[in-house]
Amino acid sequence: MTKQHENHRDMNFSHTVLKQSGGSTLLGYIGIDTIIEQMRKKTMKTGFDFNIMVVGPSGLGKSTLVNTLFKSQVSRKSAGWSRDEKIPKTVEIKSVSHVIEEGGVKMKLTVVDTPGFGDQINNDNCWEPISKYINEQFEKFLKEEVNITRKKRIPDTRVHCCLYFIPPTGHSLRQLDVEFMKRLSHSVNIIPVIAKSDTMTVEERQEFKQRVRKELEMNGIEFYPQKEFDDDIEDKSDNDKIREMMPFAVVGSDKEYQVNGKRVLGRKTAWGIIEVENPNHCEFAQLRDFLIRSHLQDLKEVTHNIHYETYRAKRLNDNGGLHPITSNDTQESNL
Amino acid sequence: MDAIMLQEKLVERLLCPRVRTARQKEKQYVGFATLPNQVHRKSVKKGFDFTLMVAGESGMGKSTLVNSLFLTDLYKDRKLLNAEERINQTVEIIKHTVDIEEKGVKLKLTIVDTPGFGDAVNNNECWKPITDYIDQQFEQYFRDESGLNRKNIQDNRVHCCLYFIPPFGHGLRPVDVEFMKALHEKVNIIPLIAKADCLTPNEIKKLKDRIREEIEKFGIKVYQFPECDSDEDEEFKQLDKELKECTPFAVIGSNTVVEARGQRVRGRLYPWGIVEVENQSHCDFVKLRNMLIRSHMHDLKDVTCDVHYENYRAQCIQEMTSKLAQDNRMESPIPILPLSTPDADTEKLIKMKDEELKRMQEMLNKMQQQMHDKDQ
Repeated sequence: MTKQHENHRDMNFSHTVLKQSGGSTLLGYIGIDTIIEQMRKKTMKTGFDFNIMVVGPSGLGKSTLVNTLFKSQVSRKSAGWSRDEKIPKTVEIKSVSHVIEEGGVKMKLTVVDTPGFGDQINNDNCWEPISKYINEQFEKFLKEEVNITRKKRIPDTRVHCCLYFIPPTGHSLRQLDVEFMKRLSHSVNIIPVIAKSDTMTVEERQEFKQRVRKELEMNGIEFYPQKEFDDDIEDKSDNDKIREMMPFAVVGSDKEYQVNGKRVLGRKTAWGIIEVENPNHCEFAQLRDFLIRSHLQDLKEVTHNIHYETYRAKRLNDNGGLHPITSNDTQESNL
Repeated sequence: MDAIMLQEKLVERLLCPRVRTARQKEKQYVGFATLPNQVHRKSVKKGFDFTLMVAGESGMGKSTLVNSLFLTDLYKDRKLLNAEERINQTVEIIKHTVDIEEKGVKLKLTIVDTPGFGDAVNNNECWKPITDYIDQQFEQYFRDESGLNRKNIQDNRVHCCLYFIPPFGHGLRPVDVEFMKALHEKVNIIPLIAKADCLTPNEIKKLKDRIREEIEKFGIKVYQFPECDSDEDEEFKQLDKELKECTPFAVIGSNTVVEARGQRVRGRLYPWGIVEVENQSHCDFVKLRNMLIRSHMHDLKDVTCDVHYENYRAQCIQEMTSKLAQDNRMESPIPILPLSTPDADTEKLIKMKDEELKRMQEMLNKMQQQMHDKDQ
């Protein structure tokens, strides 16, 4: 009883609450939960960055899909570059940034395009420029982090998510697909998607997805959400459901048509209108919900806590450190 | 008119009318108008053959289209390879032969498939096995033709190559251009836009225009439809014009039969509608089939024989004669030695020696002439 009185008195000085076995019992409302609200307000004010990379041979609808995902003209195509430009001889990295706002939340979205990937006759090592770019972003962040006078908020250009576009051949993955994903699944979160899936019927789509999943497993390719990073049982069961559905078979469109009295995004053909957001037609809605509405933050966290840390550890081990850092620093945990 | 003819005429007039008219008819009607029928009967008995090659990356719907065109199931027990199994695969050439009979006419159809084309990471020269195959068929025919027993020559020359362009790109890719350029002087190339059901009508039109532009830009000689004869009727000419403006054909194939508008048709069932393969407003499959089978099959064979094969033959003969000429030259000054094709230096030397010989010969002639004059 006395203990409790003491605590009660000390509460104004925000001492830690004494924990009794079985969890804490509070005799009143402290207001710790308001911290969530405070964090939310802060994030809304500062906004956040999200960097998404799209990879795949030309013509698979990458730019259209990104525009459809974020319901705005955010891709390279819309930044004024002409659609009919020639295929570059080597893979180029072109990034475009836009600030989009929704519900008071500002997001600086950067779309990194990789024109020329997989388009040549000889595509040996066409993944190298991409790998180099990803590592360069990690390096930039690392340099900022180990600086003596650090910026309050380090600009984050690291690639949080890489959408890899698989051509809808209906057979299986191509050699190029396997090579790329094998090499890059350890430095970036890869989300494979089946592009232009309106070329397959529902059965063909299911068969293709099964074959692709099997091949990914056989080759040891861990796409996002990776099984090893599931935090708890709840996460695991949610992610399992998602992993069963991947790779998502998507269709993108920036044109609207009238269907059943509603205006929907779709593609109009002689035999019907393909509605992009209709789950019976394609899996665009599932991809969008997964990518943006539920796992956006997780993508950033995995990039920061896992991929970036792997890079950092490797760098520090290789060079014996960038500059004199005490052993304490290398071991401190990062958020 | 001389006397004999006059007499003949009198005899005719005096003979009974029935015989007279028959005789007259006989005189006017020779009977070679039945020649086409005779040819027709003979060829029906002999049967036709046609060799069609399909080329393009895996998953473009080549096998499905072939099955749809010829209403067969040539690829019933095909096993699809996964990415790992395909790593060390080079481009193969696989032939399927099927005998089709329709209304008493027999067709021996050979489909030459090219699995592995364009599937690797490094596709440099992936068309080489294909050009080699075509050349081999020409060589074999050339040998047979120059041989002694020509009664039963087997014609395995490739009459037509359907090249499948993916609908996903913005036009021709580097591999498409290189392939067509390597083959356009050896075989009739018909480019097709594969899996066209993933494109809207506008997109198809844009893609076709783009491809036609690029074909002209790169100087690719695809198969040209022959011009209509001027005496064909207007409807035929109109159809012909439409056909030419429609290339490259945007095709869809299907192995399944679906129910559409109360009929059972070959098609693909999507959640948003049914694509009918034989519906002209859905794709150009019917145009391709009509062109390939119903109107231009014979022309394709003719162009192969008259143009591509003749080019090959002329080239071959030229090479052979130039080799022979070199061998002949070597015989006079030096004893016969088995020689490989001489390199540039020896060629120069040979030329020099040749000219020396010529000069010496001329001098000799002059001297002889002088002596002859002197004698006279």
